[in-house]
Amino acid sequence: MNRIQEKMRSGHKLLSIYFTAGYPKLEDTVPVIEALDEAGVDMIEIGLPFSDPLADGPTIQASSTAALKNGMHTELLFRQLKGIREKTDIPLIIMGYFNPVLQYGVEAFCKKCREVGIDGLILPDLPLDVYQEEYEPLFKANGLLNVFLITPQTPNERIRKIDEGSDGFIYMVSSASTTGARDGFGPEQRAYFERIHSMGLKNPQIVGFGISNADTFAQATTHAHGAIIGSAFIKMLTEDGKTGIAPFIRSIRKSP
Amino acid sequence: MKMNRYQADERGYYGEFGGAFIPEMLYPNTEELRQNYLRIMGEPDFQEEFRQLLRDYVGRPTPLYFAKRLSEKFKARIYLKREDLCHTGAHKVNNTIGQILMAKKLGKSRIIAETGAGQHGVATATVCALMGMECIVYMGEVDIARQAPNVARMKMLGAEVRPARSGSRTLKDATNEAIRDWINNPVNTHYIIGSVVGPHPYPDMVARFQAVISEEIKWQLKEKEGKEDPDYVVACVGGGSNAAGTYYHYLDNEQVGIIAVEAAGKGVDSGESAATSALGKVGIIHGSKTLLMQTGDGQITEPYSISAGLDYPGVGPMHAHLYKSGRADFIAITDDEAMAAGLMVSQLEGIIPAIETSHAFAIFDHRTFKPDDIIVINLSGRGDKDLQTYIDYFKL
Repeated sequence: MNRIQEKMRSGHKLLSIYFTAGYPKLEDTVPVIEALDEAGVDMIEIGLPFSDPLADGPTIQASSTAALKNGMHTELLFRQLKGIREKTDIPLIIMGYFNPVLQYGVEAFCKKCREVGIDGLILPDLPLDVYQEEYEPLFKANGLLNVFLITPQTPNERIRKIDEGSDGFIYMVSSASTTGARDGFGPEQRAYFERIHSMGLKNPQIVGFGISNADTFAQATTHAHGAIIGSAFIKMLTEDGKTGIAPFIRSIRKSP
Repeated sequence: MKMNRYQADERGYYGEFGGAFIPEMLYPNTEELRQNYLRIMGEPDFQEEFRQLLRDYVGRPTPLYFAKRLSEKFKARIYLKREDLCHTGAHKVNNTIGQILMAKKLGKSRIIAETGAGQHGVATATVCALMGMECIVYMGEVDIARQAPNVARMKMLGAEVRPARSGSRTLKDATNEAIRDWINNPVNTHYIIGSVVGPHPYPDMVARFQAVISEEIKWQLKEKEGKEDPDYVVACVGGGSNAAGTYYHYLDNEQVGIIAVEAAGKGVDSGESAATSALGKVGIIHGSKTLLMQTGDGQITEPYSISAGLDYPGVGPMHAHLYKSGRADFIAITDDEAMAAGLMVSQLEGIIPAIETSHAFAIFDHRTFKPDDIIVINLSGRGDKDLQTYIDYFKL
């Protein structure tokens, strides 16, 4: 069983953190993973920076631009991650845009992921139908779970299809937006969380986008299995550096 | 005989290019459009309003003009399709008229657009004023600084111009910002893309709106030459909307040669070029699989051309397919060649072309034609917007 699937079985609400590889400094990728692991997060999404991240808000855009300037690239990320499985068992997901993966070669990319011990991929602009027609066997052969997104506008019928095609978890985008913090969730979001909950999907759901503190984490995970924090974490990392990681995670975990 | 080899299939693919590589957040937006665009375009009242506006507001049909002096100089029968005479000065408005009517049919109240040099932004602001719709145009900060007259035009027409401050702060980043806006406003907003780029159904929809260009060429040429088919159709290609319109009704008629003219900038191998067919590799940009200028690591690079309308790092998937299949002959023209051709057309025919268009007139140094070859060049835009660049270049 994949590390992600195993983690999904645990009873508590999962906290997953997204950060951009090679940020704030080029060599920070592994130290950030280690610090997150020590701080007790449940899952980590390693952002592969892209020049044109069109689903991201200003914070993640800026971190991607900085990481690329630092000299981050796909091959280097795999070099940095080499040996990571001797240090931690935490589920690791690479999240990025499809073009850099396409240039690396999808098959080569999947094999490298397996080699270094990556458990899953989130490629928001690789659509379900293309994945199923062209790439699913490659992902599966390399033990990679592919994670799909749903949004408040996704029709139920399509959610069912995505649920059918997923075997890790479903990434539930909290609202119609790009990534970035907002001031809590309104009645519309809560209704959406409940609607998805009531669908009884086979895959657990992890909520992302707009989660920045203990309050929003608690709201997002009322029904869902966990939540992902990205922009707020990167903002903290920009301001406080790696020493801020443990206090930040503690602040999310504390009961609101 | 195979039909429609060069047009989009129902999933928006031109050969291996096209499709919709979009994050799920955009799926409902593009899906609504995909499910409705052909039906709406086929409705008689839509067609009637579209045609009426093209006639009475845009000034169509635009003339097909036999360029006598150019023809004598290059020893061929050269016709110019005068899209420069469209309201707002270029073909862009054919598409914005179509899309604003589409937006109304879909019940949208807010329009967003991207623009590079500002031509598409002006064409969008124009139709929004015409229809009384809210209009927000994203434009790279760098482009805002160097295209001040068009920024002023958009503002005068009532549009809000929002600077794109991410990435290289030019057209591709303005497009990213427009897409982000659309993600954040999925219900009330329609995104008027300015070229045959973006996710399905945009390339096909924009091509169909621009197809009026070749539809007119056919009957106009029949009147003048007694036949609908020229030997060649020629257009400049950035994203490729004027070219798509010029080729559209000839795509599957292989008797008609297709010539696509790209911007080589300072030279294809100079590192400062926008010749996507020569320099691009298969990749994904703005939701479409196409030829794309990028690093070996898959990061999108910034193209260069003296004409702001041709410096897009990708190309419409239709054109990527025309290139890959060999159906079209792609020619890369440098800044210097284009500027010289622009001056030549000005002085031979009394028409100052947009610098984008000038590239198309520089093909005669690269290809030879027979004296009875009929060549239709799409004169896609007028040069008023480029006067300062011409002045600086020629020290006029």
